[in-house]
Amino acid sequence: MLPYLARRLLLTIPVLLGVATLVFALIHFIPGDPARAILGEVASEADIAQLRQQLGLDRPLAAQYIAFLGGLARADLGTSLRTGTPVAGQILERLPATFELAVAAIVVALTLALPLGIAAAVWRGTFVDHAAMIVSLAGVSMPNFWLGPLLAIVFGVELGWFPVAGRGGLEHLVLPAVSLGAALAAVLARMTRATVAEQLLEPYVLAARARGISRARAVLRHALRNSLIPIVTLAGLQIGAVLTGAVITETIFAWPGIGRLLVQSIGFRDYPMVQGCILLIAITYVGVNIVVDLVYGVLDPRIRYR
Amino acid sequence: MRNAGAVVVVVVLLAAIVGPWLAPFDPSAQELALRLEGPGRLHWFGLDELGRDILSRVLSGARVSLLVGLVVVSVSASIGAVLGSLGGYYGGIVDEAVGRLIDILLAFPGLLLAIALVAVLGPSLTNVVLALSSIGWVGYARVVRAQVLQAREFEYVAAARAIGAATPRILVRHILPAALPALTVQVTLGIGGAILSEAALSFLGLGVQPPTPSWGAMLNYGRAHILDAPHLTVFPGLAIAVVVLGLNLVGDRLRDKLGRPGESA
Repeated sequence: MLPYLARRLLLTIPVLLGVATLVFALIHFIPGDPARAILGEVASEADIAQLRQQLGLDRPLAAQYIAFLGGLARADLGTSLRTGTPVAGQILERLPATFELAVAAIVVALTLALPLGIAAAVWRGTFVDHAAMIVSLAGVSMPNFWLGPLLAIVFGVELGWFPVAGRGGLEHLVLPAVSLGAALAAVLARMTRATVAEQLLEPYVLAARARGISRARAVLRHALRNSLIPIVTLAGLQIGAVLTGAVITETIFAWPGIGRLLVQSIGFRDYPMVQGCILLIAITYVGVNIVVDLVYGVLDPRIRYR
Repeated sequence: MRNAGAVVVVVVLLAAIVGPWLAPFDPSAQELALRLEGPGRLHWFGLDELGRDILSRVLSGARVSLLVGLVVVSVSASIGAVLGSLGGYYGGIVDEAVGRLIDILLAFPGLLLAIALVAVLGPSLTNVVLALSSIGWVGYARVVRAQVLQAREFEYVAAARAIGAATPRILVRHILPAALPALTVQVTLGIGGAILSEAALSFLGLGVQPPTPSWGAMLNYGRAHILDAPHLTVFPGLAIAVVVLGLNLVGDRLRDKLGRPGESA
């Protein structure tokens, strides 16, 4: 496994370099002079020159690029234009909140998706199956920027069960996690149904039943275990959607994570902060994909890493 | 029930085409005295924060959403089809270059790069289309590449090559048609995805700018009135969910009939 991990990490280097290059190039996509765009039309020439110097825009492009990569190697993502403090520090401060929300959303998704998908597979073609799939299709089609406010209206405003803004105890986490996890739950439920239904037709499940193992045990201990690889793969692939969804969910519920920081920074034209947030989310995503790859081996010992 | 998706899509298409004539009020006309009024006999969906009729704005918003969906998918599918077929057909360094570009773009989760691009380019409908297309082609390129890799080994392609057919002709006449079923499924699902993405960007204030009605932007303005006027949030969101549900249903049906994109790779 170690040689595989080393090779996988090596292959990630060009991707990460490409990601860093694209993030570096972002500020150069700003039409016209980035410094003027950031400060606005009324800014004085002196202020613009100072900002150009602060951002390094007065240097040749190659020098800017090398300095940017050098900064990354030292975990230096630059200085926020709004607060004047290091970007990396502010992002690290917000990271636990986003992590907490993403994990909670995945837990919500799995808690909803596995029973729904298993029930649909076991009672395939029946009312249970149709109902479960309609619910999951509705979940896929319902944008989280609509579901979030709806949950806030019903469970926050009307019923008063949960707070609708900020981070605190577990009660603060419920609505953002459900809002973020619902679409993932819908996707996973469809995949769970398809794979469990396929496994239930395999001879080893019939053999298990013939040996007198109960239906529930045959489904949960045999069919579900062998269905986990595609489910984990899909969950891993959907982490990207969770991280992007977090940008919206954090904005709706005033959740103090990286997503909200990103949206606030866009509003303030704090481009070093925007670059830092984008870079960190992309790197996290690449890292999660590697972890998902490695989890396969744990789930299925037949998989050999070469 | 089996054609529910197609029915929804046709109804929304009709609403987008004849919506401006069907709308009971001018979507920009303001009745400030009645601002935030709830749904009633005259204004079925109620009025927004500037006293504009929400039903009329939802109908006008259908045009914006479908336009963005169709343009983004057309541009993305065209770029993806060209790059995917070139990579799949030629292999070697061309395929490597396309593959690495795809890898880099896939390292950005979902909408994130589009958010970043619109943030630096400035919020506008054109920039939304530009940003969504510049990341959207990746999915199409992967599907087409996988199909082309398979199709280039077919005997009729070898025969076309043997009788001296030019590469562009082989690609367009013989190989790309093999990728069309998978591409059709991807396009149907892609329109729904593009509509959701446009709405998400507009929700964040990065998409269509006022006074043009956009479902996402309407949801964004509705946030400030979630306590006193929840109807501002309910109806535009319902419109998005219904359209995307319809497109997903059609995409699912097509996938069952034509095969899953890329599954034969």
